[in-house]
Amino acid sequence: MDLFEYQARDLFAKHGVPVLAGEVIDTPEAAREATERLGGKSVVKAQVKVGGRGKAGGVKLAATPDEAVARASDILGMDIKGHTVHKVMIAETAPEIVEEYYVSYLLDRTNRTFLAMASVAGGMDIEEVAATTPEKLAKIPVDSNEGVTKEKAQEIVAAGQFPAEVADKVADVMVTLWKTFVAEDALLVEVNPLAKVASGEVIALDGKVSLDANAEFRQPEHEALEDKAAANPLEAAAKAKGLNYVKLEGEVGIIGNGAGLVMSTLDVVAYAGENHGGVKPANFLDIGGGASAEVMANGLEIILGDPDVKSVFVNVFGGITACDEVANGIVQALELLKSKGENVSKPLVVRLDGNNAELGRKILSDANHPLVQRVDTMDGAADKAAELAAAK
Amino acid sequence: MAIFLTKDSKVIVQGMTGATGMKHTKLMLGDGTNIVGGVNPRKAGEKVDFDGTEVPVFGSVVEAMEKTGADVSVIFVPPKFAKAAVVEAIDAEIGLAVVITEGIAVHDSAAFWAYAKAKGNKTRIIGPNCPGLITPGQSNAGIIPGDITKPGKIGLVSKSGTLTYQMMYELRDIGFTSAVGIGGDPVIGTTHIDALEAFEADPETELIVMIGEIGGDAEERAADFIKANVTKPVVGYVAGFTAPEGKTMGHAGAIVSGSSGTAQAKKEALEAAGVKVGKTPSETARLAREILVG
Repeated sequence: MDLFEYQARDLFAKHGVPVLAGEVIDTPEAAREATERLGGKSVVKAQVKVGGRGKAGGVKLAATPDEAVARASDILGMDIKGHTVHKVMIAETAPEIVEEYYVSYLLDRTNRTFLAMASVAGGMDIEEVAATTPEKLAKIPVDSNEGVTKEKAQEIVAAGQFPAEVADKVADVMVTLWKTFVAEDALLVEVNPLAKVASGEVIALDGKVSLDANAEFRQPEHEALEDKAAANPLEAAAKAKGLNYVKLEGEVGIIGNGAGLVMSTLDVVAYAGENHGGVKPANFLDIGGGASAEVMANGLEIILGDPDVKSVFVNVFGGITACDEVANGIVQALELLKSKGENVSKPLVVRLDGNNAELGRKILSDANHPLVQRVDTMDGAADKAAELAAAK
Repeated sequence: MAIFLTKDSKVIVQGMTGATGMKHTKLMLGDGTNIVGGVNPRKAGEKVDFDGTEVPVFGSVVEAMEKTGADVSVIFVPPKFAKAAVVEAIDAEIGLAVVITEGIAVHDSAAFWAYAKAKGNKTRIIGPNCPGLITPGQSNAGIIPGDITKPGKIGLVSKSGTLTYQMMYELRDIGFTSAVGIGGDPVIGTTHIDALEAFEADPETELIVMIGEIGGDAEERAADFIKANVTKPVVGYVAGFTAPEGKTMGHAGAIVSGSSGTAQAKKEALEAAGVKVGKTPSETARLAREILVG
């Protein structure tokens, strides 16, 4: 889960990373009081989860509370690279900035370790720095069990070639930023820029934090950080039912068991769609290994509730849960939906393979549901589902 | 022959007495796995009956190893306690720990991996969030269905569980030496490369099928390894061509970020290393069949 800047700021503050005062608002009028609280001037910053907002006009200085209201009014509702601005942060104006640095911690998947990155060339896109002047970006592995002590932080700062007069202060930031990274189960904590101001202090002026959803069991406070307003309503409904669902752009609804098989199903449907007017998969939905009637019904309910869906492809491999159980699950799911008053009117193509495939297929044939068609290979079933979606 | 797991493997189950552990211990026993014990400190000394087979419960991995000579542990412990369970297995220096548990926090898996490394990698870790591994006809350590294929000459390594099953089923007439599900999390123990190396060294494996998916650069690195070190034919499949950037597709590791981790890049890297890559799972099975059967 990627956080907004103001949420990152709050977490930084909580763990001792130096930040400026600021608060988040969602109406222009609220900018007045917020700016007054900051002594009469502020920076109005668009809260969007995308880079380049400064260039897009999403960050403006306000010299008076009235001006803050005007700037907030300009920025709220603005579209930045496809992201609508619903919130702005009213932040304390930074003292005179002397230099801008970059620091972060993240997971290095390739080496299965954490990585500290530090550069004196901050303030700009760090991928640009990495590409054009890689010698200016220090990358130091951090052992998960050893963590970042002051000594380790000094090693990072030395590798980043920070000037002597800020070395100790940046090292302190590396220690508190590591605390943030660990305590919040983050996958990324990034400060850019970390500014050296005229007084000699260093301050985190902007930052990014991404949190690990798997850590929710020990991070009860993270749920409140979710941007529920931005979530697709179908995705939100699926999440409430404990389903692993991602809304996509196409017309063929997909249900399958196992993340890899479902991903593969999306691909196979997209290939088949090339022969049927370019129809595409409408979603990713993994109902897991068990594929019980109840879970199948929940999944079908979400998919059939998507107005973009014109046909549905149910692709199940029977492993531990054999195909006859899955077939019964599908038949029961359709009955369950009917009894709940759902209008099941979209054609379903079902492909069952694996354990007891013959038995499962017979159950589907015997049920003779008018909307259900059986196709016994994955490629063939994808083609049929694409054909049906294109015909609608 | 086989890799990592044979009929002589003595298997214990951490988390055996939980619902998932019970269900799959029974299935593993049915597949011929030599399960010598379970681990649960609160039920130490008890015995659990699986259709007439009595399996003793031990208080710790160390105790189970001392009393049974166990060399493999399959871990079904819930995410919250999984790190401690893996660390216990590493401390006991058991040869192989298969971590089935789904949903382990990355800081936990990074921590047990760092710990294993600091201890000299005496314990091979497979997973987490994986279906485990099977050597058909000999032993099954995990949740792969034991009856969808037979012993044979294909070695299979895969990030995905159900795609593993799909492939085992499609090629069931030829059969498999071993099939290893390495899992789709951002931090995993055994990699594609580790399995490729083992299959290359296994005299009975004649062809290797490698299944990858979006996210990370493991497939690209495996391609480099194949080019330099693998003489046996390799057939590949990559899932996730249609996955949009920034959306996680089920597995925590299956996410395309920026230009890295795309299915297209992985396919191209594998093809450049001489791997035949199928467009669909069925086509991949056909490619393997053509090489082995003609």
